[in-house]
Amino acid sequence: MSSAPGAPAYVLPAGMPRPVPEADKLDAPYWEGTRAGELRVQRCRRCREFQWGPEWICHKCLAFDMEWVAVAPRGRIYSWERAWHPVHPALKDRGPYVVVLVELPEAGNVRMIGNLVGDPVQPVQIGAPVEAVFEPHEDATPPYTLVQWKRSTR
Amino acid sequence: MLPGVRNDRTIRGKVAVVGIGETPYYKHGRAPEPEFTLALKAILTACEDAGIDPRRVDGFASYSNDRNDPSRIAAALGLPELRFSNMQWGGGGGGGSAAVGNAAAAIAAGYADCVVVFRALAQGQFQRFGSAPPGGTVSGEAALTFPYGLISPAQRFAMRVMRFMHDHRVKQEAQRAIALASYHHAQANPRAVMHGRPLTAEAYDASRWIVEPFRLYDCCMENDGAAALVLVSAERARDMRRRPAYLLGVAQGSEYRNAARGHNAPTYASSSFTTVAPHLWEMAGLQPKDVSVVQSYENFTGGVLMSLVEHGFFAPEEANEFLTFDNLIAPRGRLPLNTSGGNLAECYMHGLELQIEAVRQMRGESTSQVKGARVGLVISGPMVTPVSSMLLGTEDTL
Repeated sequence: MSSAPGAPAYVLPAGMPRPVPEADKLDAPYWEGTRAGELRVQRCRRCREFQWGPEWICHKCLAFDMEWVAVAPRGRIYSWERAWHPVHPALKDRGPYVVVLVELPEAGNVRMIGNLVGDPVQPVQIGAPVEAVFEPHEDATPPYTLVQWKRSTR
Repeated sequence: MLPGVRNDRTIRGKVAVVGIGETPYYKHGRAPEPEFTLALKAILTACEDAGIDPRRVDGFASYSNDRNDPSRIAAALGLPELRFSNMQWGGGGGGGSAAVGNAAAAIAAGYADCVVVFRALAQGQFQRFGSAPPGGTVSGEAALTFPYGLISPAQRFAMRVMRFMHDHRVKQEAQRAIALASYHHAQANPRAVMHGRPLTAEAYDASRWIVEPFRLYDCCMENDGAAALVLVSAERARDMRRRPAYLLGVAQGSEYRNAARGHNAPTYASSSFTTVAPHLWEMAGLQPKDVSVVQSYENFTGGVLMSLVEHGFFAPEEANEFLTFDNLIAPRGRLPLNTSGGNLAECYMHGLELQIEAVRQMRGESTSQVKGARVGLVISGPMVTPVSSMLLGTEDTL
């Protein structure tokens, strides 16, 4: 998965674009959550609707009263793709990798994006259960943590 | 209704395309002239085609953040006055039909009399669509996708199509038929970048994956060039030298929460037309069975597939049966598709070459002409938001 000996085991090579919170801090609690090993999404304090991606207002009841809650880091594959053509310099000669869109049944079926851990040419099944794997990038400036996904049995 | 207030809120039959113009089409980065020059040449060619003095143009409409500012164009061409300038929101090719609709609305409302819709691209002079933008950090939507290698348009849309194909058991051959039809039509079209480069089913099957479920030939080209259309009112169109192609309807937009960040659109496996297409048919007073020929924006063939479903040509479960090479080719296919070669094989003029081809079909001048074509559908930019589509008709459809 990674190249240099002793380098952290990332699904994709170092040098990929680094995520930073938005200037208005809308999604900052999400990125703070991943650093703490938590998968956080928004939930409306008034109508209790889960919401993801983040927004300043609840799309269901229109209250400006969103809170951030840690949700169960497990779900099922809603869709997927296997990318072969490298479009970023860091991916050159890397070979294929799998991106999954994961639905979280325990959080209102909101969806999360990540890479599927493991063999990049493994068969992928829509509906398969997966659980989150937190991937800290401590060597980045500033450090950040991605959320990857691996197959699970439940 | 208040006395004296008219409520004819439709564009049907009020405006026509009377001129079309294109520069030669080039492989990306190969345009010998600056992008702005390409834009001007396409506009002047369209005016010449219409038989209109360019100084009578008084408005412009474009889409996808076209870099060529109408005020600069108006100054460059010495226009006596500029009365309308309009940019459709949104990226990709979703604004192609909307830009025509916006231009037509301006004419119908009396804001302007002669509006040019244009698009110019010289990607060698700017950044390509299919490559990652420079810069080390990303935020917002990109923060949720780019670090996972979900970057290019092909990567952004593949999971929508994957889910659709899964839900409805659509086979790869359905996408293949769309690619083969485009390449087939390009062989008859000397303007096409892929003219003289036919595609076989075997070559398609042997082509590399870009991102599953898209092979190389499921993906559009990137090109340099410019295209333009001249629109005037239907009354004026009757006195012009070219046979007018009348606008019968236009619709734009997307469905409920389509842009929910991080691929959270509730109607995910969609080309974004589920709510848009019904408005188009209602305005035009037409149904899919009335359509002679379709030009459907191919960023990726899977987007065409879903666009045709959402415009009502067949049910998702009929996709494998309907999408065959024989059904999609002019002159006698059930639904001739992308008769110039389109984005896959004529030129990726950000889809505006599709509007131009639809006009040619209404004039009877396509290189893959559908005999007796009366109604042409153009579908712009599947899977982005907003998307748009439009219907053109010959005079006898009014």
